Amino acid sequence: MSASGIANMHESARLHVTGQAHYTDDVPELRGTLHCAAVLSEHAHGKLLNIDSSLALAMPGVVAIITAADIPGENAIGPIMQDEALLPSTTLQYRGQPVAIVVASSAKLARIAARAVRMNVEPLPAIVTIEQALEAQARVLKVRELTRGEPRQQLDSATHRLQGRWTLGGQEHFYLEGMVAYAMPQPEGCMRVLSSTQHPTEVQHMVAHALGVSQTQVQVETRRIGGGFGGKESQSSHVAAWAALAAHKTGKPCKLRLDRDDDFVITGKRHDFLADYDVGFDAHGRLTALDVMLASRCGFSADLSGPVNDRAMFHIDNCYWLPHVRVVSHRCRTNTQSATAFRGFGGPQGMAVIEQVIDDVARFLGKDPLEVRQVNLYGKTSNNITPYLMTIEDNIAPELIERLARNANYRTRREAIKAFNQKSRFIKRGISLTPLKFGISFTATHLNQAGALVSVYADGSVLINHGGIEMGQGLHTKVMQLVADALGVPYASVRISATDTSKVPNTSATAASSGTDLNGKAAQAAALQIRERLCQLVASKEACALEQVSIADGWVVSPKGSQAFADVVAQAYMARLQLWSDGFYATPKIHYNMQTMTGRPFYYFSYGAAVSEVALDTLTGETRVLAVDILHDVGRSINPALDRGQIEGGFIQGMGWLTTEQLVWVEQGKGLGSLSTHAPSTYKIPVASDMPDHFAIEFWPESNREDAVFKSKAVGEPPLMLALSVWHAIKDAVLATNPQANLQAPATAPEVLRALTEDF
Amino acid sequence: MENSKQNISSTVRFVLGGQAIAVQPARADQTLLEFLREDQALCGTKEGCAEGDCGACTVLMGHANETGQLQYQAINSCIRFLPSVHGKHIVAVEHLSGRDGALHPAQAALQELHGAQCGFCTPGFVMSLAAAFAQQSTALNAQQAMEALSGNLCRCTGYRPIVDAACQMHDSARFAPLPPEQKQWQDAQVVKQLNEICAAGTLQTANANWVAPRDPLEFAAFLKQHPEAQIVAGMTDVGLWVTKQHRQLGAMLYLGDVDAFRAIETSDELLTIHAGVTHTDAWAALEKHYPQLQSYAQRFASPPVRNSGTFVGNVANGSPIGDAMPLLLALDARVVLQCGDDQRVLALDAFYLAYRKTALASGEFVRAVQIPLLRRWHVAAYKLSKRFDQDISACALGVALRLDAQGKIEVARLGVGGMAGIPSRAPNTEALLNGRTWNAETVANAAQALLTEFTPLSDMRASAHYRAQALANLLVRDFHLARGETLDLAQTRQLAPLGAQS
Repeated sequence: MSASGIANMHESARLHVTGQAHYTDDVPELRGTLHCAAVLSEHAHGKLLNIDSSLALAMPGVVAIITAADIPGENAIGPIMQDEALLPSTTLQYRGQPVAIVVASSAKLARIAARAVRMNVEPLPAIVTIEQALEAQARVLKVRELTRGEPRQQLDSATHRLQGRWTLGGQEHFYLEGMVAYAMPQPEGCMRVLSSTQHPTEVQHMVAHALGVSQTQVQVETRRIGGGFGGKESQSSHVAAWAALAAHKTGKPCKLRLDRDDDFVITGKRHDFLADYDVGFDAHGRLTALDVMLASRCGFSADLSGPVNDRAMFHIDNCYWLPHVRVVSHRCRTNTQSATAFRGFGGPQGMAVIEQVIDDVARFLGKDPLEVRQVNLYGKTSNNITPYLMTIEDNIAPELIERLARNANYRTRREAIKAFNQKSRFIKRGISLTPLKFGISFTATHLNQAGALVSVYADGSVLINHGGIEMGQGLHTKVMQLVADALGVPYASVRISATDTSKVPNTSATAASSGTDLNGKAAQAAALQIRERLCQLVASKEACALEQVSIADGWVVSPKGSQAFADVVAQAYMARLQLWSDGFYATPKIHYNMQTMTGRPFYYFSYGAAVSEVALDTLTGETRVLAVDILHDVGRSINPALDRGQIEGGFIQGMGWLTTEQLVWVEQGKGLGSLSTHAPSTYKIPVASDMPDHFAIEFWPESNREDAVFKSKAVGEPPLMLALSVWHAIKDAVLATNPQANLQAPATAPEVLRALTEDF
Repeated sequence: MENSKQNISSTVRFVLGGQAIAVQPARADQTLLEFLREDQALCGTKEGCAEGDCGACTVLMGHANETGQLQYQAINSCIRFLPSVHGKHIVAVEHLSGRDGALHPAQAALQELHGAQCGFCTPGFVMSLAAAFAQQSTALNAQQAMEALSGNLCRCTGYRPIVDAACQMHDSARFAPLPPEQKQWQDAQVVKQLNEICAAGTLQTANANWVAPRDPLEFAAFLKQHPEAQIVAGMTDVGLWVTKQHRQLGAMLYLGDVDAFRAIETSDELLTIHAGVTHTDAWAALEKHYPQLQSYAQRFASPPVRNSGTFVGNVANGSPIGDAMPLLLALDARVVLQCGDDQRVLALDAFYLAYRKTALASGEFVRAVQIPLLRRWHVAAYKLSKRFDQDISACALGVALRLDAQGKIEVARLGVGGMAGIPSRAPNTEALLNGRTWNAETVANAAQALLTEFTPLSDMRASAHYRAQALANLLVRDFHLARGETLDLAQTRQLAPLGAQS
C-alpha cells in the first residue's frame, strides 16, 4: 500500500496533544544556563550618545550587558544586504530596536534589568508612514518598474478610464511560539544553537558572521517550530545572533526568548501597501491598459523587501491578461520594524490590488464582478503571457472558476442577496468570488535547490534528514510518506529527526511554499539510490534482471519469492553496500533575469477560488462571514488532511489580515513610531467563533502538469489569498448601502462604518 | 477566626496531577506557569503571551465541592500567582492521559481529526476541551464548542478541525474516556488531600508578601492595618502588572480563600454579588434573572479569564472599558464598601471619580455589588469590538427603560463604556427619553444627543468618531431588536447563507 496520497495524521500529532513535543524553550537546559532580554530603543530615530548599564549591572544575578562593542565579528546583519547593525552603536532607527542584550540568571531578572538600562539619545526626525516616505523619497531599495506594451497611450485612448487610491494594511505573524534561540558554546570557538527558525542555514551564517568564525564552527538545529508564516525566515537570525553573542561573552549557555510584546515591537510584519491605479477598459470590462503605483512600508532596512515587492509586482496580474501594463514599485524606508516575509510574500498584496481594480471596473459598469473577472482571464493559447514574459502553460482558472460558481450557487445567491438587501434596512449581505493564481518557486533561481540524507540502519529502520523545517504544515509527514514509498517500506518504519546544518548544508529557507517540492524530491532521490542498491544486490544474488526485483510494504519481491526488507538490508550490510545516501534536487526549467524582471521565475502556478458570503450590520460596521466555498488546486495530494489544513488555516489567516487584524503605529506627537497594537489584547487574530458556519473545501481533481513531487502542488501560501473573497463580499455589502463607499483594508468595524457613512 | 489565626502556614500546598506539592516560593508573584515549566520541568504548558489572551498556558484547576466531588475549570496559568492555587488540584496536559498512555478523549479527538498543526497552542486547546468534557456529559454543539474555545488562539488550523474535535470527543465509541483506575490520580485521594490543606488554616508566605485570610473580618482588619497592601483576586489584571510591567507589588492580600466572599445572595429585589465571585458565577446569576444578557456575558473575555477574574474586581478596578459597568450603571447598581467592621453603600454612579480613581477610602474595599432585579423593565447591554469574542470594548452601552402600559418611558438609564475616563451614565440622552413614548422618533432624537454627549478618544481600538457614531447607533439597534428584528450579528451566528444548497 502506498503511503503517499493518504490522510496520515501529523507525524507529531501524539506529541502535540500530550504536551511531549519539544520546542526550543522546552529542551532541558544545560547546567549554568543564563537568560537574555533585549534593551529596546524608545526613539523612532535618534543619535545614540551613550548607554548607562550601571543600575542593571548592580542587580544581583545580572551577569553582563552586551552592546555593539562586544561583537567580535561584523556588526552587520540582513538576509540579502547586510544593511542592519546587529546592535546599533550610533543611530537608532525604530522604536523597539534592540540596542543591548542583558544576560542574567533568570529570564524574569533579565527583563527587569533591561528596563533599568538608560540610554542618552538625541532625537532625529522620523518617517513613519508610506506617504511621508514617498514625499521624502526615503527608500530602502531603488524604485523598480515593469512595463509591457504602451500603457500610457492605451489609457488615453481607452473607452472608459478609472483612477483610484487604495490602502492595504500589514499583518503580524503571531506565530504562537515567539522567537527564541538557545546558544551553547562548544570547544574550539564553536557554537551550537537551537533556533526557532525557518532558515537554519542563514542563522548559521549570521551567527558565524557575528562571532567572526567559520561556518563549520556553528551548528544550528531545529526540530520543530510553533508556527513561522514567514516571520522566522530572516529575523530569527537576529535572535540567534544575540543569544550567541551573550554565550560568547559569558562562556555560558544563553537563551533569548522574546516576550510576546517584545516580539511584536522588535520583529517585522507583512508589508502594508498604498496603491494608485489608472485603468482603461472597454464596455465589457476588459482591461485595455493598467498603470499601477505600489508603495510599501519596508521599515528601517531592506531585509526581504526586494523580493517581496518583486513578487507583489509579479502578482499584479493574478489570473488576468493585461495587454498594456506598467507597475512602479516604491520600497519605502520608514522608522518602523523591518517588514519581512509573510505567507504569500507580496503576492497577496499585488493580487489584492488587481482584484480591487477589477471590482471597481465592474461597479462602474454595473456588472457582476464575477463576469468582469471572467472576461479578463488569461487565455489558453493566446493572451497567455504574463507581464514578466512567462508563458502560462497550465491555466485552469477558467474552468475552476466556473465550476466553483456553479457548485456554490453563486449566481442564484447573488440575486437572493440583492432581494434581501432591498428588504433589509440595517443588515446587508454581500457575496464575492475571487480567484487566485500563485507562482511557485523562489524568484531568486539559485534558492530552488535542496538536499537530504536518508539513512537505513541495520535493522531496516529509516532515518531522514533534510533541509526543510517542520512548522506545522506537515512537511516532515509528507517527506516521510514519500520516502516510505520510494524505499518500499511501511510509513511506520520511517523517522525524521531535527533539521541540522551539520547534516545537510547550504539549505534554503522553508518558504515560498516550496518545502515539500524541494525537500521531498531531494529525499526521494536519496531513497531511490538506496533502493536501487538493494534491488541490484538481490538481482545479482539471484541472477535475475533488475526490473524483476521490487520493494513494497517492507517486502522485497523477486522471482524467487519475498524477503523482509530488514533481511535484505542485513545482507547488504554484510556485502559492504552503502545503506545511506544523499539526495539533491534543483528545480528544472526556471530562469529569471533580475535586471529586466523577465523570464520564467516560476516552475508552475497553483490555482484556486473562493466564494464568500457575509452579513453586515450597517449600524455598527460589524461583519460576520456566513459561508465559504473553496475550490483549490493542490495537484495530486500527498496528504489530503494536511492539504485541507493548509487551505483552511491559510484562508482564516487571510481573513484575519483583511478584517480584524489591524496594526496601528503612532503617527505623530509623543510616542511617534511606536506600535500601539503589540499584544493579543490589542491585535486581534481570528478565534474559533469567527470561522464561517458553512466552510466547504474541494480539491481540483487534476495532477500537476509539471513533474513536481508526486505530481502534487505547493499549498503553503496560496490559500491565504482565497480570503480576498471575504473582503470583497464585505465591500459588496457596504456598496448595497453606500454606492460611493471607498472601503480600505482591513475592513474592521470602524473602517466599515466609516465607508458606509463617508462620501468620496 | 481565632482558629485560623492560630494556624498560619507559609507553605503553598496543592495537588499537581497525582502528586502532592509543598513549596515555599521565593517570590509570591511567581506564576503557576513559571512553576510548571521552570521548577517542575513540565513543559507541555506553553507561554504564548503571558497576559491571558492566547490560552497556550491553559490548565485545569479543581476544587472539592460540598458533596466531595472535584469540579474543574480552565484557567490561564501564565497570570496566576502560585500561592493562589493553595488547596487546589492542578491538572496540566501531562496529567491527562492514562497511566498506560491511553489518551483523554479531548486528546484523542484532536489527534485523529487533525486538530494540531504546529502543535504549540494544542496543549491549551486540549485543556479547554478537557474542561468542557468535565463540565458537560453530552456532546457539545458547534456554538458551545466555540464558546468553550474563545480563550484559545490558533494561528495554523483555522479552527475547523478543533471545533470538530470538540463536538465529537463525547463519542465514546471512538474516543473512550479513561477508566477511573487508569487516571494518574484517584479522585477520593485528591479530595482528602485538598480538604486537609484547606483545614490547615491561613496561608501567609514568608515576609508576608502573600496573605490569604479565610475569615472576612480578618481580611478587612488586615487591609485596615495595611492599607498599602495590594488586593488580589483573579489576577486577570494584577497578573499583567507583574508579567508585563515587572512591577514589585509588595504585600498582596488575597481574597480568593475567603469563603464568605464567594456568596451570591438573591432577594426579590436585589442580587448581591460578593467580592470573590468569579465572572463565570456572577454572570450565570445575572442571566437567571436577565436571560437576554447571555450574549453580552459570553463576550466578556474568555472562559479561563471569567473563571479566574472576579465580577467585583472589574467594578472596583473602574476601567473605563470594563464591561460590567455600563450594564450596572443602567441597572442603578450599588457598591457595598467595607473598612474594618464598617460598611457603607454607595450608588455605583457616585463611585467613579476620575480615570481609575474611585471613592474608596484608605483601607476600604468593595465588599459586594448590589444589583436591582428589575421587573417589567427593558434591560439590554451591547458591546462593540474589532473581534466578537475575547476583545476589549471600543464602546459599550447598557440600557434600562421602565415603560408604562402605553409604551411611555417612565425612567431611562443608560450606562456607557469607552466614551470617557470613567464608566458613565448619559444624562443628556436619558433626559430625551424620559417621559416620551418609546418609538423610532424618540430613539432617533436620543441617538442624536448621544452622538455628542461624550468626547471619546481615538486609539488603536477605534476612532473617536466611530465610538460616538456606533454608540448612538446601538440605541437605535436596541429599539429595533426589542421589536423582534434580527439585527445583532453577535447573537445571530446561524444566519443561513442565501440560496445555498447546503
